[in-house]
Amino acid sequence: MDRIPLVDYLVLGDDPHLVANECTSCGARYFDRRSACASCGLQDFRTVEIAGTGTLRSFTIVHFAAEGVEVPFVAGLVDCDGTSVRGNVVNVPPDPEHVTLGMKVRLTTVPVGTDEAGVEAVGYGFEPAS
Amino acid sequence: MAENVWILGIHMTNFGKHRDKDILDLGSEAAIGALQDAGVGIKDIGVLGAGNLMGRGGFGQLLQKQIGQTGIPVYNVTNACATGATALRVAIMAVKAGETDMGLAVGVEKLAGAGLLSGNVRAAEGGHWVRDGRYGAVAPLDGRVGTETMPGVFAQIGMEYGHRYGGADFELFAGISEKNHAHSTLNPKAAYQKRFTLDEIMNDMMIAYPNTRPMCSANCDGAAAAVVVSEAKLRTLSLEQQRRAVKISASVLTSDPYQEACQVLPDVNTLTRQAAATAYEQAGIGPEDLDLVELHDCFATAELVHYDNLSLCEPGGAVDFFKSGAPWRDGRTPVNVSGGLQSKGHPISATGIANIWEIATHLRGEAGERQIADAKVGMAHVIGLGSACGVHVLEKSAL
Repeated sequence: MDRIPLVDYLVLGDDPHLVANECTSCGARYFDRRSACASCGLQDFRTVEIAGTGTLRSFTIVHFAAEGVEVPFVAGLVDCDGTSVRGNVVNVPPDPEHVTLGMKVRLTTVPVGTDEAGVEAVGYGFEPAS
Repeated sequence: MAENVWILGIHMTNFGKHRDKDILDLGSEAAIGALQDAGVGIKDIGVLGAGNLMGRGGFGQLLQKQIGQTGIPVYNVTNACATGATALRVAIMAVKAGETDMGLAVGVEKLAGAGLLSGNVRAAEGGHWVRDGRYGAVAPLDGRVGTETMPGVFAQIGMEYGHRYGGADFELFAGISEKNHAHSTLNPKAAYQKRFTLDEIMNDMMIAYPNTRPMCSANCDGAAAAVVVSEAKLRTLSLEQQRRAVKISASVLTSDPYQEACQVLPDVNTLTRQAAATAYEQAGIGPEDLDLVELHDCFATAELVHYDNLSLCEPGGAVDFFKSGAPWRDGRTPVNVSGGLQSKGHPISATGIANIWEIATHLRGEAGERQIADAKVGMAHVIGLGSACGVHVLEKSAL
């Protein structure tokens, strides 16, 4: 079955990982495409792989969201070896007893759905690494 | 050095539900109230800064049809939750630049019943995946890659502070909300004037942990307006006008400079720190000189980080600052004695002028039951995500 990543910066395959556009001058990293670097203003980027493990630096447990968004879910900010990544914390009960600041997490893939052509969209999240 | 600018008149409508009033009614009420408070008329005004975020645009000219079409320049501005402060700064800058000696700024919003802000409604899925936007997303990302809701974003901002410095737990954040709701009982203009116990706050509906419903700013209707005047012009006015005028000792607007994590979680800290540092320098005062502060508590989790960002405490000391009782109205540095956005309400574009009204009212000694005794210097802070931060320092007239 064909698969498509939820976002351009998710690379699927045997070893799913995230990539970023890194400024070749100052090293600032961006998940979206930028016209120029927001940090230094230069315009040359290269693609780099983001570490697949990290530390949960912040989170919230969303109980009330826009229509169609399944709740509750855990939204988090993960420090992946110096690069901050936004993602849901998955495969863990969504409560503050199980999700804690500073916990170690690792990247995992999450199914999003399948379209009429049978193509499966795949997203990502972070799960406890212990 | 450009000359000083003063607030000559200022007015805030009651915040809450105004079912029978539209943005023009509310904006007019605020503008006419500010002119009356200033003791001047619309023909004395040389510039209009007009703020409204959720309307159809062109608010300033529509307002003129209600209060006087005098042909003066109108600047319609939007800057997220800092829209009101931005409109005010337009008027201040025009006066400072010498283009006119008197300006008017108005901010208004109709927001009662608006519900949750941000977060996209997710359409029914089907058809074929199509990559869209600068992330090439094939489906909406809200809820799939973190959260885009305001309560969730600001929850993470507070939790990150907790991760960095420790001590910021659910109960602490709820305590901040307890303080602001307690303060609101003395403010007849607040949308909600009800005191809540800590238990009531913690056991209310969870919106985005750790923010429960009473820990979120209240969507409501409201407007605020201010008349600003040059110091030279002020000295030609009556002694009573001079006595009630409030000096704008600092007026600062910043945007968010690049920080490593700002692409995944808005950084509300750096631009606030920079705005505060510039404001203290402009005013020639330090945080210890502040008799009261109105800061942007759009969520209880946000108030905590701004204690630190505005240097009301030592770096990293916001938790201890709160626990010491300092930001309560009888504490060392009273914060949000109006009740803050959690109870006073947050009609977005009015907020950045309404917080100035609160400070000015205390400096004039006209705050009634909630008056902070002998208030001489105050600070008003507002932040709009995206981001924009406005900080004003106000001083009581020496007369």
